[in-house]
Amino acid sequence: MMDLLSKNSRIDGRGLLDYREIKVEKGLIGRAAGSAQVSIGSTKVLAGVKVELGEPFPDAPDKGVLTVNAELVPLASPAFEPGPPDENAVELARIVDRALRETEAIDLKMLCIEPGKKVFVVFVDIYVLDYDGNFIDASSLASILALLNTKIRSFRVEEGKLKYEDGYMPLPIRHTPVTVTLAKPDNGPFIVDPNLEEELSLGNRISISIDELGRICGIQKLEGSLSIDEVFKAVSIAKNIAPKLIEIVKREAV
Amino acid sequence: MSAEFVRVDGRLPDQLRPIRMVVGVLDRADGSAYVEQGNTKVLVAVYGPRELHPRHQASPDSAMVRCRYHMAPFSTKERKTPAPSRREIELSKVIKDAISQAIFLENFPRTSIDIFIEVLEADGGTRCASINACSLALANAGIPLRDLVSSVAVGKYKGHIILDLNDEEDEVAEADMPIAIMPSLNRITLLQVNGVLTEEEFKQAFNLAIKGCMEINRIQRETLRSVYSSIKGEED
Repeated sequence: MMDLLSKNSRIDGRGLLDYREIKVEKGLIGRAAGSAQVSIGSTKVLAGVKVELGEPFPDAPDKGVLTVNAELVPLASPAFEPGPPDENAVELARIVDRALRETEAIDLKMLCIEPGKKVFVVFVDIYVLDYDGNFIDASSLASILALLNTKIRSFRVEEGKLKYEDGYMPLPIRHTPVTVTLAKPDNGPFIVDPNLEEELSLGNRISISIDELGRICGIQKLEGSLSIDEVFKAVSIAKNIAPKLIEIVKREAV
Repeated sequence: MSAEFVRVDGRLPDQLRPIRMVVGVLDRADGSAYVEQGNTKVLVAVYGPRELHPRHQASPDSAMVRCRYHMAPFSTKERKTPAPSRREIELSKVIKDAISQAIFLENFPRTSIDIFIEVLEADGGTRCASINACSLALANAGIPLRDLVSSVAVGKYKGHIILDLNDEEDEVAEADMPIAIMPSLNRITLLQVNGVLTEEEFKQAFNLAIKGCMEINRIQRETLRSVYSSIKGEED
């Protein structure tokens, strides 16, 4: 692998900055308000959205609530064990959450019924089903696609009371962040979308979230370390590659 | 723009909070350190290298690093329940990754190096103060290090790029970016961004953070130097 990398190619024949084949299926789960399954190569992630009534956070009484959870379920990989989300699952959920939250991807103010008392809570649950490396980018894509796929009963707020109307409406989505994960060996080039083998053997990895406006909306350095120049290079690569993922989101959102 | 901006606590944009660092504060631990940055107070203990049980979890080639970042219930504005939160789980992971890079793990096969972080008071930058204290505690434990790890957070607050945010600033900030570096090796071992930044703002903030880390590194070295010179003084 290192030999191939020194010649700017990878074991599976991809270019350094190429994603594996990305496939999207939407609306598979009837009981979910919205759902999407994303495959990047063999990695498969299913995200489901449920929208329920609940209470707002005390420090944001006029906003709906977004909560993101992720599970690395045991059927996805011999490496995943049953039990509550471990540090990798928690980190995954928080990476996806931050990008959605900080861009205000969902206009949460529109999901407030009675300030301080009643709001809609949007649950995004990420289920990694098949792990061949890079569940982060797949989860990030699956989450925004599931949110775009979501339909809730049409409603209006009349004097602080919730009134349902006929039909269904989408969630108020304003931004579409995606995440680009890069890996590199200590002495060698950056690659995008590491597969499992690359993830396990290249010691340095970083995930960078970018929205449709080209803004950085999240960075998480994962294992390893990077020089200062390498950090700037990674951000630049991510910024250039993100539009390809956002193109997929736009296309599938229709 | 930032030149005349005065912050909520009177600091300039590129000013660190007052810092206090002490090593060897605990008697039972192999190494320990206490760090204050502004009102943020963290205490770190290191146990190890020690035999790792269960044995099957030990690595034949290197030490395993275990790290627990935990906040005392009284450390935050509103009481924090003692049970590990998802944030603490994530921070335990990122701090472990940040500090492990500095340790010659291969020198201690089949052992564990256990790092325990307790945040006694939280006023912003707790993971950074924790990393700074971990470096000192590891050195205090006599564990050979490639370099000290020095850490600080920068952020964007009402349009201004600022260094070493306190909690009040962090809550309002458009972006918060903790960074850690091994300065003499030029290796970034912690980098997170929570918020929204343009690429330009990111570069500006990053460069300011590195400056902050260098100053912190100076204080860490001074702290260690004064411990060893006072030990030497006792021996003379």
